[in-house]
Amino acid sequence: MTVAQEKNPPVKLPNEPAITPQIVAEHGLAPDEYQRLLKIMGRDPTMVELGIFSAMWSEHCSYKSSKVWLKKLPTKAPWVIQGPGENAGVIDIGDGQAAIFKMESHNHPSYIEPYQGAATGVGGILRDVFTMGARPVANLNALRFGDPKNARTRHLVSGVVAGIAGYGNCMGIPTVGGETNFHPAYNGNILVNAMTVGVASTDKIFYAAAAGVGNPMVYVGSKTGRDGIHGATMSSTEFNEDSESKRPTVQVGDPFVEKLLLEACLELMATDAIIAIQDMGAAGLTSSSFEMAAKGGLGLVMELDKVPMRETGMNPYELMLSESQERMLMVLKPGREEEARKIFEKWELDFAVIGHLTDTERMVLTWHGDVVGNIPIPPLVTEAPMYERPWKLTPLPAELDAAKVPAPADWKASLLTLMSSPDLASKAWIWHQYDHLIMGNTAIRPQGGDAALVRVPGASKEAGHKGAGHKGLAMTSDCTPRYVQAHPETGGRQAVAEAWRNITAVGARPLAVTDNMNFGNPQKPEIMGQFAGAIMGMAEACTALDFPVVSGNVSLYNETEGRPILPTPTIGAVGVIDDIATSAGSRLVKDGLALVLVGDTKGWLGQSIYLRELHGREEGAPPPVDLAVERRNGDFVRGQIVGRKVAACHDLSDGGLLVALAEMCLSGSMGATIKLPQGAIAPHAYLYGEDQGRYLIAADDGGALVEAAQKAGVPAVLLGYSGGSDITVEGLLSVPLQELRDAHEAWLPSYMNSAA
Amino acid sequence: MKSAILVFPGSNREGDVAQAIELVTGRRPQMVWHGDGDFEKVDLIVVPGGFSYGDYLRCGAMAAQSPVMAEVKKRAAQGVPVLGICNGFQIVTEAGLLPGTLMRNSHLKFVCADVHLKVETSQSLFTNRYQAGQVIKVPVAHAEGNYFADADTMKKLEDRGQIAFRYCAPDGTVDGRGNPNGSSSNIAGVFNETKTVLGLMPHPENAVEPMFGGTDGRGLFEGMVEALS
Repeated sequence: MTVAQEKNPPVKLPNEPAITPQIVAEHGLAPDEYQRLLKIMGRDPTMVELGIFSAMWSEHCSYKSSKVWLKKLPTKAPWVIQGPGENAGVIDIGDGQAAIFKMESHNHPSYIEPYQGAATGVGGILRDVFTMGARPVANLNALRFGDPKNARTRHLVSGVVAGIAGYGNCMGIPTVGGETNFHPAYNGNILVNAMTVGVASTDKIFYAAAAGVGNPMVYVGSKTGRDGIHGATMSSTEFNEDSESKRPTVQVGDPFVEKLLLEACLELMATDAIIAIQDMGAAGLTSSSFEMAAKGGLGLVMELDKVPMRETGMNPYELMLSESQERMLMVLKPGREEEARKIFEKWELDFAVIGHLTDTERMVLTWHGDVVGNIPIPPLVTEAPMYERPWKLTPLPAELDAAKVPAPADWKASLLTLMSSPDLASKAWIWHQYDHLIMGNTAIRPQGGDAALVRVPGASKEAGHKGAGHKGLAMTSDCTPRYVQAHPETGGRQAVAEAWRNITAVGARPLAVTDNMNFGNPQKPEIMGQFAGAIMGMAEACTALDFPVVSGNVSLYNETEGRPILPTPTIGAVGVIDDIATSAGSRLVKDGLALVLVGDTKGWLGQSIYLRELHGREEGAPPPVDLAVERRNGDFVRGQIVGRKVAACHDLSDGGLLVALAEMCLSGSMGATIKLPQGAIAPHAYLYGEDQGRYLIAADDGGALVEAAQKAGVPAVLLGYSGGSDITVEGLLSVPLQELRDAHEAWLPSYMNSAA
Repeated sequence: MKSAILVFPGSNREGDVAQAIELVTGRRPQMVWHGDGDFEKVDLIVVPGGFSYGDYLRCGAMAAQSPVMAEVKKRAAQGVPVLGICNGFQIVTEAGLLPGTLMRNSHLKFVCADVHLKVETSQSLFTNRYQAGQVIKVPVAHAEGNYFADADTMKKLEDRGQIAFRYCAPDGTVDGRGNPNGSSSNIAGVFNETKTVLGLMPHPENAVEPMFGGTDGRGLFEGMVEALS
């Protein structure tokens, strides 16, 4: 490659079509965006160049509609090592260790091809984390499906769950938590949000920025095939009746190869041969090579004919845009290629030097010696379209007067109905398909507590852990889409607060979050207003709770034929506990424990599950979140837990107090009897209201707990005791635990087993 | 007790069993790569769980043909104890060290859950820390754990006391309720004729610490230490 050659315009390949307005439109570029391209290039692009612009400027890769808003989120704290902008966020968890984590959506592919879509979603997020030098220690996922009565829902649940299981189980990473909701708004656009948490040494974290002119660019992993071409563009448009025909844009995963890639990468990372590394995710070789060069302020030459190919006859366009899975791009120190090659060959993976870094700040692509693409790198990034789209905030709905919501006609039936409703029914059918125990570190399993709790490997006393016992990472994923729909600011605040509360409820210190923003078409001011409102609420909550956002992902255009999803800003959160022995789960396993309700109960029924499931109404303002109260109550509860005053703890969320109590009883196989306090509000508002900032605690000494709460200025009231084999609310209802269990556990398996 | 754990491409519970053995013996087992047919002399060979070779072709079928398994067969014939767990059980049956086969779970799904096992005999180097008839709780995590053998083989297994563990209810009743995968006669683990090879689907290595799944699996490792040290 000579300097002269680098300046030459590229040659056209045989049969290469002329660029027409139609071809530009098919690449998802708006006419003004194409004009921008022409200005940068100073000439007509070749097909491969057009494809690269199309992918890099897609909503998925460029965040062009969301960037101005994402900047409003707080991203810094003393424990944040790396905030948004890298493959994943990195936080300091003490003892020279870092937690590396991120959540990412794979919504569009999962709707088109549920098994592969969900599987490759897991594969992608795992790569984001191990690219940075971490060994993944846990996976979580947040799933939203359509109405169970919708003809397609059962097929989607079955395929998505099997896909997540198929990938995560084979990788040997425990899937320890998550959430699953159903709502008709997701009928045409399901959400599959996958999160991975990994652990690395703080002095062994790998980044994407390339460095060192002349250094080799190395391709490792699977061969490149024709799958997933234009996946990023497909994910940046609405669905219509033709979406089925987009099936070939869905990638196909192979977790076995990814497992080999994980081990090979970690083996090479233990040496000091790697300068920079980036996984090939959305827009494959295009975005990975661009990001590495752009972050390093360098240029590169890539000889595309050296890319390992799965099939014959592939061309540069396909190679640059393929989203074949299980691939990585890295920059090695010069002279270390053979050492690296040996490791990848041992793991039976492809290894190819496909180019080198230059100081031209240009991406030059060659094909058997001819230049076929030549793009200046900085303007593609700095002059990328960025939109301040018009937005219209959702007004706060009127507060619903609880007095106007009828009490249940039959109290016992009301609890059975709620506990067997799709959103509250047991999800054991799902999580039993996930290996949640592999690695032997799972301390709190699904349904065992508000957050999953996993021992941090390598944090033994001998390794310098200052705590007395096993250090643990607590993790959760949360969002209440119906609250966000009703009022995005409140919903955004609530999603962050609930995640914080769930980490707190196991006794861990909440540290940071990853956000997965799932919304409809941002070109509609109402949708953009939902996005803006949710961000405002989240930013406020993250700031008030010292809970910065360190990574995230945006998925827009979740609409089918004009019908948007419920706005769903899923929050994935991570916290740390010094000694797992001081944590608390939510299972009620002992009788005679005092049951203490912590937090203020006003009986908020607007947007409650009770209102929706018992009265068929989705109305009113969502429950307000007072962040100062949230923090005060949470800090008190955490202190009681790590001070070992708490036998079990559960936050109050969907379904309120009585549902929380029922869940504690069912998971621990222990009954309970409670009595409403004197002068309480209407029983159905007290028992099913969804006021925020509350916890139900089981303790050996209830009096001492209430006293401690009073001292801390935290409302707390003793409601009753555990024991027996029924759940009883004096004067209102008594349900045998077995009857409740049958209803709670039967819904999902019987739904999945019934004929379509 | 010196032990070796085989590692195939796609193995993923080798770390779990290494951790369990180290916890009980204080000694880190040797990890042996699948291409390494010539490894140090040891008192116990463990074939761990996972998805060797991605479960392609058939679970365990490709690993059974690897160089290291040729050596394992040779040593097993000389009486060196072999423990196959989950995918390791599938591999040792594919290699012919144990009778029968592991089919797709009857419900066709992967299952990860705690199960109860009835210990059928304490008369083996693997189970000497348990009482015959004792019920222990350990997890399973597999999609192909449905044990099957023809009628003659089943009869021989029963007659010769080669059944090590059966799935059961918490109270020890052996019936369909406790069976997570449809296994014939609720079989969770079997011995070879000399009881020097044990294959089982459940994961005792994930039940060795009180806060991380309980300690009911510990007896298996402690029993081996006692027998082999």
